[in-house]
Amino acid sequence: MLLNGYDPVVYSRMLTSLTLGFHIIYATIGVGVPLMIALAEWIGIRRNDPHYLLLARRWARGFVITVAVGVVTGTAIGLQLSLLWPSFMRVAGQSISLPLFLETFAFFFEAIFLGIYLYTWDRFKNRMTHFLLLIPVVIGSSASAFFITIVNAFMNYPVGFKLTDGLISEVNPIAAMLSPAMPTKVAHVLSSAYLTCAFVLAALTAWKLLKGKDHIYYKKALKLTMVSAFIFMISTALIGDLSGKYLAKYQPEKLAAAEWHFDTAAKAPLVLGGVLTDNNEIKYGLEIPYGLSILAHSNPFAVVKGLNDFPEDERPPLWIHYLFDIKMGYVAFMVAVSLLFVIEMVRKRGNVYRRWLLFAVVAAAPIAMLTIEHGWIFSEVGRQPWILRGLMRTTEGATTSEHVDLMLWLFTLLYVGLGISSVRVLLKMFKNNHAEDELAALGKEAS
Amino acid sequence: MSYEVVGITVLWTFLFGYLIVASIDFGAGFFSYYSSITETRHVIHAIINRYLSPVWEVTNVFLVFFFVGFIGFFPDTAYYYGTALLIPGSIAIVLLAVRGAYYAFNHYGSRSRKIYTLMYGASGLLIPAALSTVLTISEGGYIQVGEDGKVVFLAKELFTSSYSWAVVLLALVSVLYISAMFLSFYAHKAGDIPAFQVVRKYALAWSLPTIISSLLVFFAIHNHNREHFNNMLDRSWMFALSFVFFLIAVYFVWKKKRLGLSFICVILQFAFAFYGYGSAHLPYILYPYLTIHDNFTSPSMAIALIVAFILGLLLLIPSLYLLMKLFLFNTPYIKGNTK
Ligand code: HDD
Ligand code: HEM
Ligand code: HEM
Repeated sequence: MLLNGYDPVVYSRMLTSLTLGFHIIYATIGVGVPLMIALAEWIGIRRNDPHYLLLARRWARGFVITVAVGVVTGTAIGLQLSLLWPSFMRVAGQSISLPLFLETFAFFFEAIFLGIYLYTWDRFKNRMTHFLLLIPVVIGSSASAFFITIVNAFMNYPVGFKLTDGLISEVNPIAAMLSPAMPTKVAHVLSSAYLTCAFVLAALTAWKLLKGKDHIYYKKALKLTMVSAFIFMISTALIGDLSGKYLAKYQPEKLAAAEWHFDTAAKAPLVLGGVLTDNNEIKYGLEIPYGLSILAHSNPFAVVKGLNDFPEDERPPLWIHYLFDIKMGYVAFMVAVSLLFVIEMVRKRGNVYRRWLLFAVVAAAPIAMLTIEHGWIFSEVGRQPWILRGLMRTTEGATTSEHVDLMLWLFTLLYVGLGISSVRVLLKMFKNNHAEDELAALGKEAS
Repeated sequence: MSYEVVGITVLWTFLFGYLIVASIDFGAGFFSYYSSITETRHVIHAIINRYLSPVWEVTNVFLVFFFVGFIGFFPDTAYYYGTALLIPGSIAIVLLAVRGAYYAFNHYGSRSRKIYTLMYGASGLLIPAALSTVLTISEGGYIQVGEDGKVVFLAKELFTSSYSWAVVLLALVSVLYISAMFLSFYAHKAGDIPAFQVVRKYALAWSLPTIISSLLVFFAIHNHNREHFNNMLDRSWMFALSFVFFLIAVYFVWKKKRLGLSFICVILQFAFAFYGYGSAHLPYILYPYLTIHDNFTSPSMAIALIVAFILGLLLLIPSLYLLMKLFLFNTPYIKGNTK
């Protein structure tokens, strides 16, 4: 698929990856941050602690900017899916449009209450009223992710209709939403979004602490975010393990390609890293005996299906092996950071403000985001050559238009612009406006 | 009513909702920029922002709802329009993205920049122009389907057609008219007399062009798609009513009284014209290839979508009511006495 000559399929794939890869950054923030804001505001109200309330307020202020980019790039994907994958959307429209439609209601719900929430901080006598307005935002944003991930689960394991000679019949919209891929996928996506946001917010605070700020406000923020990260780390890893077991059962070719497992066999080892020779032998890899059997079936003696059981033109590209390994490397780092932090926190003579630990927390944020990106690319490329697994090939779903290449450049430009502007706006927003000053102002008002 | 008529009515209603709320937004962006170069910015800026800030995201969702719903109810439209509209569609996406993002950056960021206002104002006019071409294309003659089923978009025909330009003109003028009429109502309600004076002038200035450009579109449809034109003549009472509401709306703004009622008349004016145009268009979604009957989704999906829609409305209507109550009909908020 090198770029000699124009192939709309190749460019459509590149443009789709670009848009989704950019959107997912802001979408992840959009899913997780409202939950963290809600947590902070709730604690603030319960303990009558202005620090947590200010935390919620400052997070919400930054959130508005990321939401804006999430909304506009999301609108872009929604339209772009029809523009780039018209044949696929024709089938998807008939079979899986219910969750797409429900997603727009979730957006509506979220957008309405976000508007209200942001402009009513000091409007109600009872502070709980304001907090309650945030609940629909949390539900709405998580529901958006829930419904869109259902669509993706369907693409990985389509159910709920019959396809004969390109004609769809016997559609059951509810059954289509309940693909076997759905439970693990939805849970993993939601949980990893919460985790990532906890790390992102923790990193912002850790950075301030590293720069010598030592107001109690930052210390409270760090503990809140890192404890949340620890909890979401556990749930994400547990669900991730279930995702692997789902793959072994329903999409064995994806797992086999990820692990370079060619011959169906029991007691399968897990291979980390390595290179493939021309006749598919693994060299220089680190082998963990029984590893793959355990990952796939929780049983060291279980049989794991190999790639050779699949026709050659239905095998995913083998380079996804590296994606998965890199992802697991990131995961190991995040596990270590959150675990060390919690140990330092509960240990009697522990100190969570050690410089190296704070640096590690700062590093965890970009790493969490990279994990999301690697996970998605692994999952989407691992589905190839199918756009609807087993039913429709990616090449059949794409547009036949000319000029997709031009559009790729147009959107690259757009995303670079949006990315740079949004970061600049956020930086400026918090540079001119210190938490300490706001707290001081609040203190004056109160007295 | 059959499912397909229910479906198209629901979608058309959301498009109408988008037409009204987005016009207010787009026009406001333009006026905001225009006022900043004519030194009246300080007069109307506050009013515009007070209204726009809490609602801009909601506006966008109306559009998303429309196109996602369309793919659900009429999946084949994804295929025909999707293939044909790659370039105009992508340009519209970029404009929408630039507009939404820079509004947020400008407004929530700490310092407002003139370039942001310019981008915001200009995109407010370009987007309606770009989106209105979808309606133009639906009249037929701009998409050709070959023997092999390959869809080709006749861009040259579109850019050289007088019908297409008449529609663009109507879209632009209506945006400015709707927006100015709304802002007159809003400023009056806020008791902001200087701002009211300014936007009232805009509203009156754009009223006559609105009617003239509608007439232009009528003539252009007559030439372009005789069948649709004749269907519209069968519904001439709707267009007559639309004109009556127009007269009432402008009369009240002229007399500076009952501005709430005046804006309701604006909504009715556009509603009668929009539904008149739309019902005359049926059963075609795209002349002569797509109709609501032949290209409808399966009955089970249709039922699921309609049920989802009704449940969704039960959630949305109270929420929208709350939003309006807090920001649109809340006099202390509009007057700037509450944050
Ligand atoms: C910070 C984020 C994060 C973390 C800590 C993990 N994951 Fe993950 N993973 C994702 C973020 C993610 C993701 C980006 O959200 C993906 C992409 C597609 C999806 O469903 O979720 C994903 C996909 C994904 C898949 C592919 C599912 C499919 O294609 O259907 C597997 C097998 C795993 N993960 C396994 C794991 C395991 C075993 C983990 C820990 C022990 C783990 N993940 C932690
Ligand atoms: C938001 C996170 C997602 C990311 C980062 C992502 C990433 C990708 C990538 C990298 C590809 C290209 C695969 C290749 O070229 O080999 C792709 C393809 C695609 N994805 Fe996803 N994806 C995401 C979620 C989704 C969801 C939720 C949907 C469903 C609506 C979806 C629909 C598609 C389609 C239609 C294609 C094109 C066909 C293909 O090349 O596989 N993606 N995506
Ligand atoms: C799993 C990957 C995805 C997740 C988690 C996700 C999540 C979100 C979230 C949370 C938002 C709202 C931002 C905010 O208001 O806070 C958003 C916006 C949006 N997303 Fe995504 N999204 C994903 C992929 C997609 C895909 C594949 C589509 C296309 C069908 C899509 C369509 C949209 C649209 C249209 C919006 C804008 C909604 C509006 O106007 O308010 N998203 N997405």
